[in-house]
Amino acid sequence: MENWSLVSICVLFGLTARWAVSLNSYSGAGKPPMFGDYEAQRHWQEVTYNLPVHEWYFNTTDNNLNYWGLDYPPLTAYHSLLCAHVAKLINPDWVELHASRGHESYGHKLFMRATVLVADLLIYIPAVVLYSFYLSEGSNKKKVCTVLCILLYPGLILIDYGHFQYNSISLGLALWGVVVLGLGWDVLGSLAFVLSLNYKQMELYHSLPFFCYLLGKCFKQGLAGRGLFLLVKIAVTVLVTFALCWLPFLSDPGQILQVVHRLFPVGRGLFEDKVANTWCSLNVLIKIKTILSTDTQLYFSLTTTLLAILPSSIKLLMKPTLWQFKLALVNSSLAFFLFSFQVHEKSILLPAFMLPLFLKDGLLVPYVVTSLAFLFFSIYLLSAFEHCSEDKLRLGPYRRLLICMPRMDLGRVTKWKFYFSITAMAGLSFMSVALAPPDQLPDLFPLLVSVFSYLHFLGLLLYFNIVQIAEPLQSVRKNQKKSN
Amino acid sequence: MCYLYVELQSVISIPPRLIHRGQASVYDTGCHSTDFEVHRNWLAITHSLPVSKWYHENTSEWTLDYPPLFAWFEYSLSHVAQHFDKEMLVVQNLIYTSPATILFQRLSVIVTDIVFIYAVKECCRSVREEKGSKDLLGHPFFILAALLLWNFGLLIVDHIHFQYNGFLFGILLLSVARHLQGRHLEGALLFTVLLNLKHIYLYIAPAYGIFLLRSYCFTKDNTDGSVRWSSFSPVRLVALGSIVISVGALSFGPFIAMGQLPQVLSRLFPFKRGLCHAYWAPNVWALYNMVDKALSVLGVRLKLLDVAKLPKASMTGGLVQEFQHSILPSVSPSITLICTLLSIMPAVLSIWCRPRGARGFLRCLVVCALGSFMFGWHVHEKAILMAILPFSILAVESREDAGIFLMLTTTGHYSLFPLLFTAAELPIKVLLMLLFTLYSFTSLKKLFRGSLLNPLETTYLLGLVAVEILCEVVYPLSPWQHTLPFVPLLVTSVYCSLGVSYSFIRLYVSLLRQHGTDKHKQL
Repeated sequence: MENWSLVSICVLFGLTARWAVSLNSYSGAGKPPMFGDYEAQRHWQEVTYNLPVHEWYFNTTDNNLNYWGLDYPPLTAYHSLLCAHVAKLINPDWVELHASRGHESYGHKLFMRATVLVADLLIYIPAVVLYSFYLSEGSNKKKVCTVLCILLYPGLILIDYGHFQYNSISLGLALWGVVVLGLGWDVLGSLAFVLSLNYKQMELYHSLPFFCYLLGKCFKQGLAGRGLFLLVKIAVTVLVTFALCWLPFLSDPGQILQVVHRLFPVGRGLFEDKVANTWCSLNVLIKIKTILSTDTQLYFSLTTTLLAILPSSIKLLMKPTLWQFKLALVNSSLAFFLFSFQVHEKSILLPAFMLPLFLKDGLLVPYVVTSLAFLFFSIYLLSAFEHCSEDKLRLGPYRRLLICMPRMDLGRVTKWKFYFSITAMAGLSFMSVALAPPDQLPDLFPLLVSVFSYLHFLGLLLYFNIVQIAEPLQSVRKNQKKSN
Repeated sequence: MCYLYVELQSVISIPPRLIHRGQASVYDTGCHSTDFEVHRNWLAITHSLPVSKWYHENTSEWTLDYPPLFAWFEYSLSHVAQHFDKEMLVVQNLIYTSPATILFQRLSVIVTDIVFIYAVKECCRSVREEKGSKDLLGHPFFILAALLLWNFGLLIVDHIHFQYNGFLFGILLLSVARHLQGRHLEGALLFTVLLNLKHIYLYIAPAYGIFLLRSYCFTKDNTDGSVRWSSFSPVRLVALGSIVISVGALSFGPFIAMGQLPQVLSRLFPFKRGLCHAYWAPNVWALYNMVDKALSVLGVRLKLLDVAKLPKASMTGGLVQEFQHSILPSVSPSITLICTLLSIMPAVLSIWCRPRGARGFLRCLVVCALGSFMFGWHVHEKAILMAILPFSILAVESREDAGIFLMLTTTGHYSLFPLLFTAAELPIKVLLMLLFTLYSFTSLKKLFRGSLLNPLETTYLLGLVAVEILCEVVYPLSPWQHTLPFVPLLVTSVYCSLGVSYSFIRLYVSLLRQHGTDKHKQL
């Protein structure tokens, strides 16, 4: 069958899965007074539509920042404004200042879900299709499978269409950046990424790889000449895009400061709730939150994050290829997630880990179904187990490290580890749902889930770092096919 | 290896079903189809009341109107149901929809779908294909599996609207597969069971009866294909008869013993319901009603008729009732029966005179199903699936059948759209329809290498898009939505009945042409 029809079928299937999930409950449904993320998004539409720009990020009589104050960069605000205009056309009650607080209705839910779908369709899905076809290797069939698996990724579907957020926009823009960079259009790539960054500050996780990759490319082309020209072009693009996005706020330094203050709430402490990062897991053994002051926590986490990301960034600077870039993206985001300040669990977008969140939202059934489907499709279609040999997993460096255990087949080890992990995850999921925790340890299950996930993430961080760094600086000619 | 691939296909089908059912099952709008309540009521009746009361019970308006074997099926389900939520089994709890109830009902449909998946696997085994290496996606059996497992109509009707059609069609397809594999007694047993589960399958009973009589009871044919009376095998006839009688006894036995047979029959065949369902199924009577309405409107405009003498226009008002036509002669149940019999007679005769084996039987089955859809009394549009699903088997084997299949399937499936009328379901039905249509067109085109429809047919099918936009987007925003709310339904059913009638005629033409070719062959 032709590619276009297969891809269309995959996209349609992905869309159906998304809309089917969206028929379920959302974050904070029917839970006054604060409700949840859904109400937050609706509130931002209300605020951006009714109030002038200079009041959006400030605490005024009309805008109570304690009730879901805006804490994303301006592009989110503009998007909310756009949605609000549409909402006003359909039903003005939805964005009435003050009066629409906590508004929940069938029509409104459809509208909100539709906005997510439209954004997804316009930004994220085309990026996925283009990425699979231009930037991934393999036969056409493999590329179609990649499209299907990426589109069925449960984390994004459940968060965006279940819990309710607009991650597909920022992720989609970042993906556009990657695709465009892969095609060699550096300026456009940096433009796309800056837009993504201005939509959600979480994209800072990916910023260092973009920076190092582009800088590395400039170095490679020689700083006296074309490299410098490229550097200037990119710098100008970045600055101009930032300026355009922040235009309404540029008139007053106070505005800029306030926005930054809202985006990076350093007052909130090292972590909240149960997050699968280092600090939360360390907190189980040593109560860091109480030992160190907030400022020390901030500096400590900043330093560790930078240290964690340093090796990968330097390697990318020295060898700015696409493959290195992709690895660096993974490493950077993992490092940021594991070590930075005030991380929210949604930042990792990994389903098993977000189970407690989904249980709170009443999304158990979609979680089970989409995770099973995704697991099945990715394992079968991407032939994960066939590629579990040492060679394919690039476990060569590990072999060198583990010189004391020469007889182990690391490919088999990985496979068994995978089975174990899946079983453990299924077990934890079941326990979280079916059993009640003991009275002395009310947070037992979320804690277990987060520690378990943390260990996995740490392992992944190490693995990907080793793979990235172990790659030789000059790609040997006969390996050129593999390492792109 | 083929086995493995079909297994894979069946497993692939589960996630989408689970996704839709799982998600739709916790639909928080509380908007469920009546069929949901119907089945809950039957669970309650069979669980809480003694057998003697099952067909007398009428606390709810949704009385038990399926044959006894289905009642026993509901009874066994109710034993599982009591672990989910005991309250649903109380007969007085009308329209009871706790989340546990919904979950149980949806899960029961998904689980009984296993029968359907198994049946599809068996059908795929019997598909003929040309030699020559093809990649997996191009194999006829894969295409058949996809067309059956992902059938839009079945997904919509079973899982969103709620019925047990997957289970029932599974038994039908399994019976067909058994006949294709030459295991006729099993096929006959399965069909008898099916008849006792849902009596709508009486429509295709003639095909089964004549086929089994002709091809199974007469073991040999003459060289010219006609009946060799001497080869009649009484043993086989007795075997068939005993199967039918024993299954019937199992199902109806208790009720005959209690002398309740007339009551059961009256529940099974409620002829008071009116020529057409609330929404006209796209059959001949829809066209007939349309012509009648048009003529009456014309008559009033031209002052040939008196408005006061015309019956009120309430045929598509959403109520089922007896309807009198204003200009054309009224249609009674017996007339529809005669029309149905006349429509299937040529097909049935052809498998008597020139049996073409199991495939000829399958073609006749499809014709019977479609014929009864076209001319039957109070036909529900869901009945089109009875023709579409078995036809899929023929569609992957012959080019001409594929063309007719595409036409029938697309119009038939589109005619199911009015079943889902809420705004939340609109994207789902559109997306699923697009998915299935895109897949069926591209895969069959690739299989038979070339275009399967002529320009007129393609234009007609594209017209469906226009009808959809008109009915779902344009019309609700227009001023006539309140005065004439039934117009979208009318337009949909009339437009689709054109397509379905066309497919019926083409199918008949191909059947008679084959019959003619056979006749010429032996001359």
